[in-house]
Amino acid sequence: MVDCQTHEHDVLVVGAGGAGLRAAIEAAASGVSVGLVCKSLLGKAHTVMAEGGVAASLANVDDRDDWKTHFADTMRGGQYGNNWRMAELHAREAPERVRELEAWGALFDRTKDGRILQRNFGGHRYPRLAHVGDRTGLEMIRTLQDHGIHQGMEVFMEFTIVRLLKSGDRVIGLFGYDRERGRFRVFKAKSVVLATGGIGRAFKITSNSWEYTGDGHALAYEAGADLIDMEYVQFHPTGMVWPLSVRGILVTEGVRGEGGVLRNSEGKRFMFDDIPDLYKNQTADNEEEGWRYTQGDKGARRPPELLTRDHVARCILREVSEGRGSPHGGVFLDIAWIGERLANGAEHIRRKLPSMYHQFKELAGIDITAVPMEVGPTTHYAMGGIRVDADTQMSTVSGLFAAGECAAGLHGANRLGGNSLSDLLVFGKRAGEHAALFAKEHSAAPIDGAEIDAAAAEALAPLERGAGADAESPYLIQQELQESMQDKVGIVRRESDLLAAIETVAALRERAQRVGVAGNREYNPGWHTALDLKSLLVVSEAVARGAAQRKESRGAQFRDDYPEKSEELGKITHAVRKGGDGRMQVEAEPVRELPPEIRAIIVENQE
Amino acid sequence: MTRATFSIWRGDRGGGRFEDYQTDVSAGMVVLDAVHQVQAESAGDMAVRWNCKSGKCGSCSAEVNGMPKLMCMTRIDDLDLSQPVKIEPIKAFPLLKDLVTDVSWNYAVKKRIKKFKPRTPDASDGTWRISQQDVDRVQEFRKCIECFLCQDVCHVLREHNKHDEFIGPRFFVYTAALDMHPLDVEDRLEDLKKTDGIGYCNITKCCTVVCPENITITDNAIIPLKERVVDRFYDPLRLLWRKMMGK
Repeated sequence: MVDCQTHEHDVLVVGAGGAGLRAAIEAAASGVSVGLVCKSLLGKAHTVMAEGGVAASLANVDDRDDWKTHFADTMRGGQYGNNWRMAELHAREAPERVRELEAWGALFDRTKDGRILQRNFGGHRYPRLAHVGDRTGLEMIRTLQDHGIHQGMEVFMEFTIVRLLKSGDRVIGLFGYDRERGRFRVFKAKSVVLATGGIGRAFKITSNSWEYTGDGHALAYEAGADLIDMEYVQFHPTGMVWPLSVRGILVTEGVRGEGGVLRNSEGKRFMFDDIPDLYKNQTADNEEEGWRYTQGDKGARRPPELLTRDHVARCILREVSEGRGSPHGGVFLDIAWIGERLANGAEHIRRKLPSMYHQFKELAGIDITAVPMEVGPTTHYAMGGIRVDADTQMSTVSGLFAAGECAAGLHGANRLGGNSLSDLLVFGKRAGEHAALFAKEHSAAPIDGAEIDAAAAEALAPLERGAGADAESPYLIQQELQESMQDKVGIVRRESDLLAAIETVAALRERAQRVGVAGNREYNPGWHTALDLKSLLVVSEAVARGAAQRKESRGAQFRDDYPEKSEELGKITHAVRKGGDGRMQVEAEPVRELPPEIRAIIVENQE
Repeated sequence: MTRATFSIWRGDRGGGRFEDYQTDVSAGMVVLDAVHQVQAESAGDMAVRWNCKSGKCGSCSAEVNGMPKLMCMTRIDDLDLSQPVKIEPIKAFPLLKDLVTDVSWNYAVKKRIKKFKPRTPDASDGTWRISQQDVDRVQEFRKCIECFLCQDVCHVLREHNKHDEFIGPRFFVYTAALDMHPLDVEDRLEDLKKTDGIGYCNITKCCTVVCPENITITDNAIIPLKERVVDRFYDPLRLLWRKMMGK
């Protein structure tokens, strides 16, 4: 076997964003030894970017809220493609998970009587998002990080995992390398939790960081686990569009929650033109009522800017494609106008949206308290991912667990804002708890040296090829993949594009076999990019294939050639797995039926 | 589109040198964009640490024309392009490669600081009542993105290498955030004096100048902590009292 250091833990967690940290904390609390491996430095994971808040029916601001309403909102937002049991557990347990954060030192904004304040967000019936200005994610990850480092876990920063190791049907460890020196490592574990986040880097315009290459999705897929719902990729309606170099950076939905409105180049609030039937009863039909809602009037209905993200993104795209866009190909998001309604408008904006203020000031030279922002859709979140058992978060591979964005089921066809931060707390905890239980019931298994050798050889191949004239550049392949996914598997999809994208992925995979990089193994981004390509290609193919098979429009998936929802396909989930011949298979399976008592909750909350 | 020259430090523990790279820059680009462009065009193995590219994660710290900066928040239009733009790694920590340094010391230091310890919950359901004013007071410290630029510029670390005796501005901010947390009841004053080396800070305020989150590190975090340490350990009346009581 190649020379490499071996680490041994009961539970190994991959990824140190919110879900990974929460899982590691829970596992460590149950007394097992825990290793936490992350691609970046601790505390830099993508959770840090979450802005708006964490959804939980604390009912501090509106006492009509309860878990059932949160559950029903989540199911409606997901167009009933959700795993209902996950949606139930999530809605029931989110309040406790948020309160627990406070006990670990998180400080949320307060109500007048000193309890946790909650704000309005798209698709949530009542003000439900606990928040700290617009930097909730930073508060959460820092709280989990600062609490976690005292719980006795061993942290491995700047490591990439390239393969899951199995013995028979069970996962027994991981193989990877430290990014700093490029040294290989074996991590033996009795159970593994994947918490690697999303896949945004498969697209050109994205709010996601470089880490979001779908590593967990691909590792699980290669190890034989099922992925589901991969066609559902959320395009957040409001990303920055100008300057070009910051295109895609997120502009929080909190801007709209605080009263921000969307206008086209004619100055019209176009969101009033297209309110889906499913939301007609809950949506304001005039500007005045919408404003009152954002200011906490319980009798008012929400403004159409706070409809679900998939819908708002499509409306923006329509305005742009029909020639009513802003100068740089977006639309206008105006929060400055609230100065007409509030005496201290500018001050209010700076206090409630400090990082948005900062971001536009620094990067675009724009003062959002004075002029509108230009915004457009950006790839934001993968609803699809590793299929897990709702209660335990175990995947279809024994001993392999998943939580957070890389797991699937909770959000169905579309995620509501604020539900990802609660997702990672609720299911991070569950994954950690059950991975620890699994570890207690199983023993470690010996690692197969030949498999390590094969994985090492595969990882080293790009370096050995070198950056010669006949070598492919990893940067170029990544760029071509991102362009193809953006153009052909984006917000508006059609059969011919999707099939072309599948072919492009196959061609790029072929070329990726010849990828070569210069330099040595020490902190070599060219080499890292070459190795990440494998994951990107797997998730890209899965998204394109899932999208091609779903011949309907539902939630985040919009098909130009099948613009309507199909009742029949609404009962279908697409499972993606690796076939015996090594090819990707997509299988249509029935969605789990709702039990009568759960169906009743949805009916109760219909109006 | 303008052609610009970037003079970037290339090297590792063994040494290195500045190398010039030319690339096209356009309106609104930031320094990190230029570095990525150079990487993709002509220096595939050039090491740079980054994540969010929007000033929220604090990964891409470096020195641009001699000033500690987040590369993702430094706009090229603000730089003088008539001369090469000089980009080099931060200096207070050991170099790994090119623009990447080993900042692990910071993580070890944080682990040493006594963790958050809340008072007993205010309500029977285990929750607390906190006023917004109390939340606002510590908010400034909690904005910290751990980019370590304040550590980089602090002469106690940068020039005097007191890493064993001094925790640096970042961790005074962290201690202040804990100390002024409305629920926290832990006592960290003795550590501040003895192991954290707060006395070494001679309030030159360099840390405050470079903070990308505009945290008033010296005035709002360090000086109040210094005052508390002085009150506890150097107040003449207390000294006398301690002597009399034989403590």
